[in-house]
Amino acid sequence: MPESIKSIANALGDPRLYFLLTVGLLFSYYGFRKTLTKPAVFAGFMAGGVLFFFAGLSDHNFALIALKPDNVPIAFMLVLVAFFTWLSLRRAVINDELRKRGEPNLEEQVARQKVFTWPDLVFSELICLLVVGVILVVWSIYLKAPLEEPAAPAVSPNPAKAPWYFLGLQEMLVYFDPWLAGVVFPSLIIVGLQAIPYIDRNPKGNGYYTFEERPFAILTFQFGFIVLWVSLVILGTFLRGPNWAFFGPFEYWNPGKLEPLINVDLSELFWVYGLRQPLPDFWLIRELPGILLLLAYFGILPIVLAKTVFRRMYIEIGFARYQVMSQLFLFMALLPIKMLLRWAFNLKYLVHINEFFLNI
Amino acid sequence: MAKAEEQARENEEPLHPYKPSRRGFFSVLGLGWVAFTGASAGLLAGMVRFLFPNVLYEPVQTFRAGYPSEYAVDVVDERFKAKYGVWIVRIKDGFYALSTVCTHLGCTPNWLAADRKFKCPCHGSGFVMSGVNVEGPAPRPLERFGIELGPDGQIVIDKTRVFRQEKGQWGLPGSFLEYTA
Repeated sequence: MPESIKSIANALGDPRLYFLLTVGLLFSYYGFRKTLTKPAVFAGFMAGGVLFFFAGLSDHNFALIALKPDNVPIAFMLVLVAFFTWLSLRRAVINDELRKRGEPNLEEQVARQKVFTWPDLVFSELICLLVVGVILVVWSIYLKAPLEEPAAPAVSPNPAKAPWYFLGLQEMLVYFDPWLAGVVFPSLIIVGLQAIPYIDRNPKGNGYYTFEERPFAILTFQFGFIVLWVSLVILGTFLRGPNWAFFGPFEYWNPGKLEPLINVDLSELFWVYGLRQPLPDFWLIRELPGILLLLAYFGILPIVLAKTVFRRMYIEIGFARYQVMSQLFLFMALLPIKMLLRWAFNLKYLVHINEFFLNI
Repeated sequence: MAKAEEQARENEEPLHPYKPSRRGFFSVLGLGWVAFTGASAGLLAGMVRFLFPNVLYEPVQTFRAGYPSEYAVDVVDERFKAKYGVWIVRIKDGFYALSTVCTHLGCTPNWLAADRKFKCPCHGSGFVMSGVNVEGPAPRPLERFGIELGPDGQIVIDKTRVFRQEKGQWGLPGSFLEYTA
């Protein structure tokens, strides 16, 4: 692989660029869906991605990460995520067209054709079971689960990484206090996903693919899944190296890479840099800017949104469901906001009350 | 005739071996529950007892760390990291002992001599030589342990005494060993 491509990829590995690029890709994919979901265009993108991956394997540093037995599933996951994202959007584009012309959509067209559970369904299931079983057996024989050295309390591997599917959670821990990133946010993710059917009782899109009837629901879900989960798994796997510092995908993992990242709290920015005076002693006054900011974020912003962007939704779903939806939505948005603030300004905490371990 | 009846009753008897009264049924049930509760409590007690082993294979909490003259100024000493989880830092005015447990989630940071900081491999928390957190997610500085000079002139580290900066304890006696030589 040419060095120029490698250095471009390394430059794009900068977390700020990487994050904005991922978000931009997701939204432009949905924005230009009519062109981008054409099978030929999709096949071209997939071929390009696969070619990039295999050409990248010629690079020693990239191969070390990508071919680690732990990380092999990530390559499969990327292909599957790309394929199913494309498939759903492709069918949605076709269905939206059909709907405009007043014709039955793809799912309605096949809904009239029926097959028997036995033998049609059960046989396909049996074949799937056998194929997946064979793949798993062969995989487990040829790729060994790596055993590491015996555990010692004084030695943490460098970098110490969670299993790949949890790297998004581990990345959250970098930006938030453990009780938030490890307890509150994971619980909110689960509760929030469970709450979706109760918040969103819109019957459109039930049993058939569509995008134009449900843009907000689909983009919000895809932002949470693709950006905040899948892309953070890739970031944690390919861009996080020794001492949990950022490295480009083709960069040598130098454990001595020096990154001065002196953190500042919002209180320091406000009092010391803004007003040029020492931090107040009493925590409530010291942290007042951050507390007010968070109160405004969770208290006033939903009202503003209800009057503007979410105006129609607020009327449709009513006060109680709008409150639950907007709080969950704002909690979800807090994660990328805090990540960008950390990367751009080294901001550590909006509210930093060490007196009670309340750091947000 | 009577004998035959008796015989017949005896033959019938095994078909209904247990015909409890209401009260009798509840006594048996109660006995069963008492036995079950007792067995569960015994199991639980055994499990709780298991948490307090007779012998604990962990290093002593108080140990001697050699003579002050053995330490070079401005150097983080890592000899006691693996065994006791302590860094002993010698600065110009004296000594302090830092805990090797990251205050974020408890991994063991590494001392990077070139960058002059402790850096945690799990989430990237960084601490300067004094133990104060400056980067990454760690919410508070590393803890310091009790340090003093023993009667034989050796440094004695007491891990049972913990000094935390955010509580203003780094100025307390025992948290810092003054020594200039």
